[in-house]
Amino acid sequence: MQLQQMYQEIILDHYKNPHGRGLRDPYDAESHQINPTCGDEVTLRVSLDGDTVRDVSYDGQGCSISQASTSVLTDLVVGKPLGEAFEKMDAFVELMQGRGQVEPDEDVLEDGIAFAGVAKYPARVKCALLGWMAFKDAVARSEGAKA
Amino acid sequence: MTTTATPLDVATVRADFPILGRTVREGKRLVYLDSGATSQRPRQVLDAERAFLETANAAVHRGAHQLAEEATDAYEGARQKVADFVGVEYGEIVFTKNATEGVNLVAYAMGNAATAGPEAERFRVGPGDEIVVTEMEHHANLVPWQQLAARTGATLRWFGVTDEGRLDLSEIDSLINERTKVVAFTHQSNVLGTVLPVRVLADAARAVGALTVLDACQSVPHSPVDFKALGVDFAVFSGHKMLGPSGIGVLYGRRELLETLPPFLTGGSMIEMVHMAQSTFAPPPARFEAGVPMTSQAVALGAAVDYLNAIGMDRIAAHEHQLTEQALRELAEVPGVRIVGPTEAVDRGGAVSFVIEGIHAHDAGQVLDSLGVAVRVGHHCAWPLHRRMNAAATVRASFYLYNTPDEVTALVDAVREAQKFFGVV
Repeated sequence: MQLQQMYQEIILDHYKNPHGRGLRDPYDAESHQINPTCGDEVTLRVSLDGDTVRDVSYDGQGCSISQASTSVLTDLVVGKPLGEAFEKMDAFVELMQGRGQVEPDEDVLEDGIAFAGVAKYPARVKCALLGWMAFKDAVARSEGAKA
Repeated sequence: MTTTATPLDVATVRADFPILGRTVREGKRLVYLDSGATSQRPRQVLDAERAFLETANAAVHRGAHQLAEEATDAYEGARQKVADFVGVEYGEIVFTKNATEGVNLVAYAMGNAATAGPEAERFRVGPGDEIVVTEMEHHANLVPWQQLAARTGATLRWFGVTDEGRLDLSEIDSLINERTKVVAFTHQSNVLGTVLPVRVLADAARAVGALTVLDACQSVPHSPVDFKALGVDFAVFSGHKMLGPSGIGVLYGRRELLETLPPFLTGGSMIEMVHMAQSTFAPPPARFEAGVPMTSQAVALGAAVDYLNAIGMDRIAAHEHQLTEQALRELAEVPGVRIVGPTEAVDRGGAVSFVIEGIHAHDAGQVLDSLGVAVRVGHHCAWPLHRRMNAAATVRASFYLYNTPDEVTALVDAVREAQKFFGVV
């Protein structure tokens, strides 16, 4: 059944027991993203140590897909150099926009590969990308603040 | 509701709607419960549009050839059908792109009144004036008024909503006062199903000389509506929610108001005389229909009106009332389900929104979809209302003449299935 392909156990686990959830200080920049079609929202903070992602903290409300993908995001980027974090983001975005035709690389995306089934549902792709858009925006803001 | 009319023969009705016979998501029977967003179209409507295009298509109100004449007759004939359908005069119906454009037409025309002649005096809005809406409005009947207030310096005020999802009338005397210029409100909430006391609001507005604008998108398709009897000044509704095409909406305006309302969109068709430096405008409704209008859509909307009339709006209303009662009753029996809106089918239409404890509306909708049940999820273009009802998002089932009691049961079964899937029971 397609439903199980979409809602992999990994996604439901992250949804029920999210990693890194909660807003923490200190942080360099914060981003608030909303999905205007459903009202889902996420507030996400990044804390950088030079070019390394020291911490990502977040709060929000939304569907299992948006909340789980933000939880996976923290696993993927915290402790990584910004360049590597953005490579993972690009890979995740490519997977989500691939209409189910993209074969995900587990070495790069780890638990993120569980979202491959979501890519078959165009209406839900935005959900999966909500936290990532917040991450991208927060990093841009922190760089803007430094410049 | 009590009715002496014979019940709808739903099987016969359904046979007119080819799309209802299809399957979705790996062979599931389609259970279409999203008519509040858009309704499906019967063959009669599709055939009428095609027949027009195959025999009489031409740009209306211009050209002297036979096709132009027949196309104009078809277009204006549709206007007459629509006028009769809602109890108003032929010249009081303006065709728009959709209902949203209808509300914007009135709001922008009122803004334009500032620079129009003295005949437009009663439409002028400025600092110190008040525009009144309700907290249960669709964004289409809220944002245009926010914008009019912002452009003119007027103050936006609104009626609240009770916990049960009824309009809170306790402040009516202070909300509708001598400073009020417009009272804009929905006839039937697209989320809660609540039917508003239109007469009460219209009488209060008239007593202070304020104009009324009714959003009738969720009422005109589903029950007999007579704008004259309701006593409103303006009303809007859309074609695609009443078995007609998208791309056409309707604005009703009381004749004496349309005669002095300044134009919104300007250009061809809406003029009386054009000189290089200035122009004068055609009488309504032409003044409000700039450019070549959507002709085949109007013709098809006329066919939709014929279809609805042949069945009878009282029978349709009675049928939907039964489905609504059933849905409210059966959903109430599911632990963890909270109806957002009145839980009794009194002064209430067939939009039933709810939240399922522990399951986000999007996730619930996904499970329903996998079982063939098509519903709307989200805030349904009524974000402030969702905030008021303490719901981030809801699942909405909405019924129409072609839905069956079996489909209501399929909805309730699918909700239980979603609870099992996400392990909340």
